[in-house]
Amino acid sequence: MATSQTAALPWSSIDPVSSIDAVGVEARARLLAGRSVKRSAKLQALDLAIRCIDLTTLEGSDTFGRVAVLCAKALHPTPGGLESPSVAAVCVYSAQAERASELLRGTSVKVAAVATGFPSGQVSPEIKVAEATEVSRFADEIDMVVDRGAFLAGRYRQMQEEIAAVKQAIGPRHLKVILETGELGGMDQVRHASWLAMEAGADFIKTSTGKIQPAATIPVAVVMLEAIRDFAWATGRLVGFKPAGGIRTSKQAIAYLVAVSEILGGEWLTPERFRLGASSLLNDILMQIQRERSGGYQSPDDFTEA
Amino acid sequence: MTPPSVAKTPKLYLDGAFSRSESGRVYEVAGMINVPRASRKDLRDAVAAARRAQPAWGARTAYNRGQVLYRIAEMMETGRGQFASPLGGGRAAARQLDRCLDSLVFFAGAADKLVQLGGSVNSVAGPYFNFTVPEPIGVVALVAPQKPALLPLVTGLAAAVCSGNALVAVVSEIDPLPGLLLGESLQNGDLPPGVAALLSGFRSELLPWVGSHRDVDLVDACGCTSDEWTELARAAADSVKRVLPPTPRSSPLTPELALRCMELKTVWHPVGV
Repeated sequence: MATSQTAALPWSSIDPVSSIDAVGVEARARLLAGRSVKRSAKLQALDLAIRCIDLTTLEGSDTFGRVAVLCAKALHPTPGGLESPSVAAVCVYSAQAERASELLRGTSVKVAAVATGFPSGQVSPEIKVAEATEVSRFADEIDMVVDRGAFLAGRYRQMQEEIAAVKQAIGPRHLKVILETGELGGMDQVRHASWLAMEAGADFIKTSTGKIQPAATIPVAVVMLEAIRDFAWATGRLVGFKPAGGIRTSKQAIAYLVAVSEILGGEWLTPERFRLGASSLLNDILMQIQRERSGGYQSPDDFTEA
Repeated sequence: MTPPSVAKTPKLYLDGAFSRSESGRVYEVAGMINVPRASRKDLRDAVAAARRAQPAWGARTAYNRGQVLYRIAEMMETGRGQFASPLGGGRAAARQLDRCLDSLVFFAGAADKLVQLGGSVNSVAGPYFNFTVPEPIGVVALVAPQKPALLPLVTGLAAAVCSGNALVAVVSEIDPLPGLLLGESLQNGDLPPGVAALLSGFRSELLPWVGSHRDVDLVDACGCTSDEWTELARAAADSVKRVLPPTPRSSPLTPELALRCMELKTVWHPVGV
């Protein structure tokens, strides 16, 4: 759906906060996740998945050394092994962003940093803006968390104003807005929060921090993707999607690719508009690729740690 | 009222649960239908479960692993009745079961003696305390013989798991029921899920994947023909895994059977610093 077609679509009938048929969404998600992608199509999907990964480490125990290992893995997922593209970005805490940006300067791999009081978002608006401003000196992309408390209490304007303020503070850098769908309480709220975030200026909407269960699930992805589609129809602006948290297997990654392809179309199947937030996923994908190429099952021991 | 007759459907034993093949396929052997025909993906899942389960199993005390093996023997003793008919009944069946229990008890006792038997203190020309200890190799795949259906499987299983390995076994293709029934004794005997898997199916289908699987550390080809063994060894060469040769039918029980499923670790410890 190209932007040029937008005007022809009856978007005025779209209700940004329509209620969601949760049972239908679950059924749709099962269909999408059950799609069989094999052989050369699987290899293509896995190659795309690698190029869309935000290789992530968000632990209190992160060190410069750990970040350096992550950056090396992001650039060369299989040193000395099979050929593999680099991932899209590394995703780190704001305190590690400077180090990561030094290590990745001049490469295709971008630096994404979480900000605004990650993971809870429970800090004052001034601190959020200050953190985003500070980190945008080093990071190409900012992953901000929304104030779920404000959203759940119905203070939608406050939530949007914070997003808009952060967007303004970081200038041309990409803003990914983390909704933390596991805390929103239902599919209706997921759609509503997605819409509010996109209206407020999000370049990406992201499911989760990874610190709360449930994190990313296919049904939630379906709801968010449909919101992105409707928003594109309504405004002509194409917003990206980033599932994160609990995505560990190639099968899951392919299910997200299928969902994006089915609901949004091929225009979104690029690192510009689709990211997978993950850490252990990368090695599982590499194992699957090597299994497909060599014909035998692989051992995790043969792959470097991320 | 006549009591209903409840027929038992044979199932794979995989990750501590009894399941059909993920492929949904079955095959038929003499007088028995619906024997699960494991696919390469069942094998993959079994190896993954074994890899997950092995560290905790290997970290248990050898004494505790011996106790678990002994309890499996207790459970087989309790379940003698159900093994009798699948093993052909009569004195031959009873004798085979006796020898299975003998194997289990033997390796239950050997579990906490393997380090003493396989380890050594080595004399070296230098100021080092140098010693060697056997450690579990990791994930072992076992190909059981077609006949007898139970004894070599039980012996191979006990020998592999007593030292802390996890095992994935391909049971007899033509006589799979005794091997699959063994799963119930393993579960009742409190062997942790994943430590042993029992797969029935076509050998020609499964063996190439066993040999080439890079996350299998050792293949016990005790029940292979020499052609199958050659093929396994060839497929295993790429990942330099150990492939044990087919064994003669009546080999005696020795600790060596457990030690060859172990890896030797030698430590050089400086003396006088």
